Amino acid sequence: MPVSATNSKLIYEALKACDVKIMSALPETWLVHLIRMADEDPDVTLVRLAKEEEGIGISAGAHLAGVNSALLMQNHGFLAAINPIVSLALLYKIPLLMLISYRGYMGEKDPWQTQGGLATEPILRALNIPTWQLTSANDIFHRLKDAQTLAHASLQPVAVLLTRELMWEE
Amino acid sequence: MLRLDALQAIYPELEDRIVVTIMGAVAAELYSLGHRPNFFYLEHAMGLASSMGLGIALSMPEHRVIVIDGDGSLLMNLGTLSTMARYKPGNLLHIVFDNESLLSVGGFPTATTSGTNLAGIARFSGVPCVKEADTIQSLQESVSEALKTNTLTTIVSKVEAISPNSFHIDLTLLENRFQFWRSLQVMHNQSKT
Repeated sequence: MPVSATNSKLIYEALKACDVKIMSALPETWLVHLIRMADEDPDVTLVRLAKEEEGIGISAGAHLAGVNSALLMQNHGFLAAINPIVSLALLYKIPLLMLISYRGYMGEKDPWQTQGGLATEPILRALNIPTWQLTSANDIFHRLKDAQTLAHASLQPVAVLLTRELMWEE
Repeated sequence: MLRLDALQAIYPELEDRIVVTIMGAVAAELYSLGHRPNFFYLEHAMGLASSMGLGIALSMPEHRVIVIDGDGSLLMNLGTLSTMARYKPGNLLHIVFDNESLLSVGGFPTATTSGTNLAGIARFSGVPCVKEADTIQSLQESVSEALKTNTLTTIVSKVEAISPNSFHIDLTLLENRFQFWRSLQVMHNQSKT
């Protein structure tokens, strides 16, 4: 599978360095290695969701209970979770660390991903959610740490977009 | 059964535990019985009270978490039953008051009036213990039994669709959020010592 195992591992290690203990996820091709690593890690609880909305509630609960969490989601999953992002995370000032695979953008061959790709950044901007793009392996560690730091300081969601350049090897 | 009477009957079990409720009548009535810093009223994000409860239960396995849900909310997030059942946190108790109505937004009937059975859905989602408790006594018994065992339990209780006198809660959303967070921190630290 041309999903980058090396960069997935770097992302996973960066999440561990952020002391993330709960990861919620819905399977998505670009996230397979991350989900597998979370599943095999005895120190991390992987919560496999039925729908991404639930992940916002789970992360909110974890935060209020003092535990760091991260959400692994496709951008279409992010789109599916807009209401709880607004009416739970933003309304109640809950920090979220959302790792979003950026499907449907430059280089995308699957036509069905393209509308979501076009909508992702405008919607993040409309919600005023600070967003990093991860395009290079060198940025992974500090950008994930910085994203979490801002989320906790501002008590609001942040997004890290996992781009094709980083996740796909072809 | 009136929801207020049901809440009053189980209040002693709720008092010192982590409680997450849905919005509307449940929140207003629990608040009217006596607010506690360990009570969180999710005033929006319909359907996610149980997901929040799951997040707390997984994060604080040494504490009991009680979610008070409703038929309208649960129907908006049925996937939560399969997710809870998948991880089966034994410290999570999920109570669903089914008044067969979207009471706080005009009283329109929910699908539980036309045959949808929430206890049945919970059971077949894999929730290990599911009870139907439609009287005060059976609810009290089911709650205290669930709190004694270490088994994820969903209790579905039919209640009348009667609104509280007021939906007002004299607590801002953020006040409730930070108070609850502090209170969980204290519980967490106490259990460490």
